[in-house]
Amino acid sequence: MNITLKVNGQSRTVDVPADMPLLWVLRDELDLKGTKFGCGSQQCGACTVHVNGSPVRSCQRRVSAVQNAEITTIEGLAPDGTHALQRAWDELDVPQCGYCQAGQLMRAAALLERTPKPTDADIDTAMSGNLCRCATYPRIRQGIHRAAELLASPTPEGGNRE
Amino acid sequence: MTPFSLPVSRRAFLRVSALAGGGLLVAGLFDSDDASAALTTERPDGATPAADDPRLGAYVSITPDGVVTIVAKNPEIGQGVKTMLPMLIAEELDVAWSQVRVEQAKLDPDKYPRQTAGGSTATPTNWLPMRQVGAAARAMLVGAAAQRWNVPAAECTTEEGVVRHRASNRSASYGELATAAASITPPELASVPLKDPKSFRIIGKWTRGVDNRAIVTGKPLFGIDVTRPNLHYATFVKSPVFGGTVASANLDAIKALPGVTHAFVVEGGTNLAGLLGGVAIVGTNWWLLQEAKKKLAVTWKEGATASQSSAGFASQAAERFKGTPERTLRADGHVAEALASASVTVEAEYFYPFIAHASLEPQNCTAEYANGKLEIWAPTQNPQSGRGLVASTLGLKAEDITVHITRSGGGFGRRLNNDYMVEAAWIAKEAGVPVKLLWTREEDFQHDFYRPGGFHKLRGAIDANGRITAWDNHFVSFGTGGNFAQAANIGAGEFPASYVPNFALGVSLLPLGVPTGFLRAPGSNGLAYVMQSFIDELAHAAKADPVEVRRQLLAQYQAPASTPGQQAPASPDAARLRAVVDLVAEKSGWANRGSLPKGTGMGVAFHFSHRGYFAEVAQVTVSRTGEVTVDKVWVAGDVGSQIINPSGAEQQVVGSVLDGIAQVLAQEITIEGGRAVQDEFRQFPLLRMRQAPPVEVHWHLSEHAPTGIGEPALPPVVPAVTNAIFAATGKRVRSLPLSKHDLSWS
Ligand code: FES
Ligand code: FES
Repeated sequence: MNITLKVNGQSRTVDVPADMPLLWVLRDELDLKGTKFGCGSQQCGACTVHVNGSPVRSCQRRVSAVQNAEITTIEGLAPDGTHALQRAWDELDVPQCGYCQAGQLMRAAALLERTPKPTDADIDTAMSGNLCRCATYPRIRQGIHRAAELLASPTPEGGNRE
Repeated sequence: MTPFSLPVSRRAFLRVSALAGGGLLVAGLFDSDDASAALTTERPDGATPAADDPRLGAYVSITPDGVVTIVAKNPEIGQGVKTMLPMLIAEELDVAWSQVRVEQAKLDPDKYPRQTAGGSTATPTNWLPMRQVGAAARAMLVGAAAQRWNVPAAECTTEEGVVRHRASNRSASYGELATAAASITPPELASVPLKDPKSFRIIGKWTRGVDNRAIVTGKPLFGIDVTRPNLHYATFVKSPVFGGTVASANLDAIKALPGVTHAFVVEGGTNLAGLLGGVAIVGTNWWLLQEAKKKLAVTWKEGATASQSSAGFASQAAERFKGTPERTLRADGHVAEALASASVTVEAEYFYPFIAHASLEPQNCTAEYANGKLEIWAPTQNPQSGRGLVASTLGLKAEDITVHITRSGGGFGRRLNNDYMVEAAWIAKEAGVPVKLLWTREEDFQHDFYRPGGFHKLRGAIDANGRITAWDNHFVSFGTGGNFAQAANIGAGEFPASYVPNFALGVSLLPLGVPTGFLRAPGSNGLAYVMQSFIDELAHAAKADPVEVRRQLLAQYQAPASTPGQQAPASPDAARLRAVVDLVAEKSGWANRGSLPKGTGMGVAFHFSHRGYFAEVAQVTVSRTGEVTVDKVWVAGDVGSQIINPSGAEQQVVGSVLDGIAQVLAQEITIEGGRAVQDEFRQFPLLRMRQAPPVEVHWHLSEHAPTGIGEPALPPVVPAVTNAIFAATGKRVRSLPLSKHDLSWS
């Protein structure tokens, strides 16, 4: 069936079964490869996107259920790729293999939306469902704190780490 | 123990060409063995060999506009090699890192030696050759400047991509000189002068991953992200019992389902690391194939492995422990007498389970077959052996197969095997369409090459001075006909061989139909747990400080008696081990551990593997109800004189340590009826954010050439944690994982 989605601010129409998970529509129908498949059963968080601003496991969300929603993927996190988290991730060299990081970034972005100055405990609570097989957790934690600092900073760059 | 060994040093040389549009291209660095073959295919005029993009055929290219492109030859699996190897070249080339663009090489053994990610070999095998390439290119740029200015080359200096002649106050950028440099005679690689490490500007500097921007913006990078025109998807259903084959399947019903274009049986062979039997389903959408798979009915010929189980292995091991080992690997001194006459002896049995790799990107591969040629895009650690497997299985010539190396979403040794590659190739050829094969998470767990489990029976003695005097180890492992299953081996030099005067090591092998393979620090990741736990048991039995007992042991090194005609077994360097033990004891505040509250303890362990020396202290708290929290881990490591990329090196150490903690806590693959029981993260838990302790990393810089860092920090953390649990609770953990133990205390 024809389904129209609003992805990263654009309207896109696809012809897929109503129960196809959003993940596969994004990856294989809309060619947005940034959202990753790790398990397909809500156990890893690699497929995390935002639906109306909330973090959602796209492998578990039927495409028909998000027809009128605002969907944001890693490709749309910041139009120019300069979201504070993206800058912090690069600056602190967070990724190892990098495969989980789109999901981590989307989950962290939702955390910072609600909690601009998260504590370590806030980070643990928000992030513990997003698995990183390379165990980049200490750097993810630093990265979230750094992004919070960048967001709070009056200058656009927020100072440089050296 | 390592899948790859270091080659003996060979003569290497360089070939240089001009870029088609002007500029310098520094091409292949050949081993002399391969060189004659490579030379005969070279065009007689020495010009750039024809290729779609000549720059891909080189390590370094510099275009007249000053763009420096460096090729990263090895597969990137998260170990940072795509950043690290180009750093070595850029350093000696003397360019600013910000000037450098990095490109991933495809598989091309004629141009690039050892394009593998395994055995922590990239650093030791490339430390000099990559720097020599950079230095040679620099020397040619300097030569071009000297010629242009008619001054001696020795009077020219370089800095950040510019050659200067101070006396005449002239300078020229590498871009300006590149075309002229291409006709300068390249220097002899072996004697090209290299920088004094004191003047390094890139090596030793905290350097971000070259793919970071692409990763954080969601650009396609990984095998799973590959797209091709007319791309079809494939799912491949194999027998849950290892090595089983298809008796019959309802192919016609499957072919009629939505999205399915092809369904067929693959006969397969008996090599567990090759193409196995199964049902291939091909179609236009991968998710629809998963829906179709739910309707698939297959009757399997399960085969002999169906009778194997973890419980069966355990009872066979118990039987073997009643007798003597099948084979003696080592017998030094007089173990029986030493045990009989000792005042303090300890006897214990240890077990570690099979575990899976569980890289987050499931196995996948894209293949396209047309006109007798095959093109493959694979997240593989071992592309050359993958191409060989595909060639022999499909009856193709290796030169008709192109392998593109994609970034891998984790490797950990899993992708040293190329089963997914041969499956994709076979299915693409049979279906006649470009195919992306993608495994489900469940398939990834059920068709791994597992870290083999192992059983150890140990007896040891320690004297009143804390000296370990006897050590007897019967290792029940897996294998057939006297050959160890992959990664199930032990060497006659395994620590503490050569350190205990009365020492015996014997093995017995159980037959195994379950595929096993290399997992990060293979061999060591199980053996260090056993050896370092048992040292701890002896220390506690003698009421001695576990660090002191280790220092004593390291002081007892005896050069092994060599058997005529045989090489002496390789042993670690006791002084380097001692240095990291001392460093970690100091940094962790080991001497003050007596002030820790009840339920909290520190454990120590060390291990030598992959040429790296690591000692680690874990501090662990066990709640009264038995819940384990790792509070902190201190690491001291010696991987030589230079940490090439401090960021990447720290990531690898922290990642290895946390990986080991995840193994200790709850990871196990159980075999039942010849199949793996666990098939999801819920049953095989990875570490989570809230479980990840701080890991403090300290380097002991020694005078040795730098060695690899992807693996050797893992083995010691496993026993450091279990030894800390003993210190905290008095409970000795003699089998893994912890989830099967009651650690409550009162
Ligand atoms: S792929 Fe959706 S949670 Fe793992
Ligand atoms: S960086 Fe590899 S899974 Fe997170």
